[in-house]
Amino acid sequence: MGILLFYLTAFVAVIAAFFVTKCRNPVNSALCLVTNFLCLAVLYVMLEAPFMAAIQIMVYAGAIMVLIIFVIMLLNLGTSVKGNYVHGLAGGGVLAVLMLFLTNRFVANGQATGTGGEITSEVIKSVGHTELIGRAMFTDFLLPFEIASILLLVAIIGAVVLSKRKI
Amino acid sequence: MISVHHYLLLSAILFSIGTLGVLTRRNAIVIFMCIEVMLNSVNLTFIALSKHVGNMDGQVFVFFVMTVAAAEAAVGLALMIAFFKNKESIDVDDFNMLKW
Repeated sequence: MGILLFYLTAFVAVIAAFFVTKCRNPVNSALCLVTNFLCLAVLYVMLEAPFMAAIQIMVYAGAIMVLIIFVIMLLNLGTSVKGNYVHGLAGGGVLAVLMLFLTNRFVANGQATGTGGEITSEVIKSVGHTELIGRAMFTDFLLPFEIASILLLVAIIGAVVLSKRKI
Repeated sequence: MISVHHYLLLSAILFSIGTLGVLTRRNAIVIFMCIEVMLNSVNLTFIALSKHVGNMDGQVFVFFVMTVAAAEAAVGLALMIAFFKNKESIDVDDFNMLKW
């Protein structure tokens, strides 16, 4: 049952990702991207990371996609392009296939070692996934967390400065 | 039984598709969305290996990747709006000047 759900979700995710690259209309690409995000959220739930699935839907499928669709509609790009909409198809295709081949070989020949950490399924069930994330983030990763807040502040100021006509 | 190899292969496929889109599309916003696909495939790798190893650090890293993606979305889309105001186009083949 689990493997069936995995294959179904993975199939939909790959098809959606392919149509993100293929659709002529940017709005169709954006909708396929939302489908891809939702499939990845399902995979996160299957990996016992429900908090990450919620964040995926709220941040990616919510905030970032609203921003992208807002810009598409602001710039009036919602019409499909008539002429040539790709460039360098041969080179890009060869590079992408080569990368796929190399990563597949790497994964197939490699062995994922290092099992047996302290966070098992029982710990996640008894403590709760959100609490575990919070513990890790506010103890071991406190400094990166604060740096991330500075990064977001700088990004907001940069976005305002860039899109304003006269400061 | 789903092993970690399944997730790694899936994220490799998604990353390659994202690379294909970044290299071949001309619309800057679609390139941007393909970068999001690549970031998401890396997030899937992080979470799959985090579960495999039994450690929470990978999932905290996913949180930071999402932060960077949000910052990138804000700045990148502002750049595209600024470019569109000057050139009336969002085609990356027109991105050929440093200042206007």
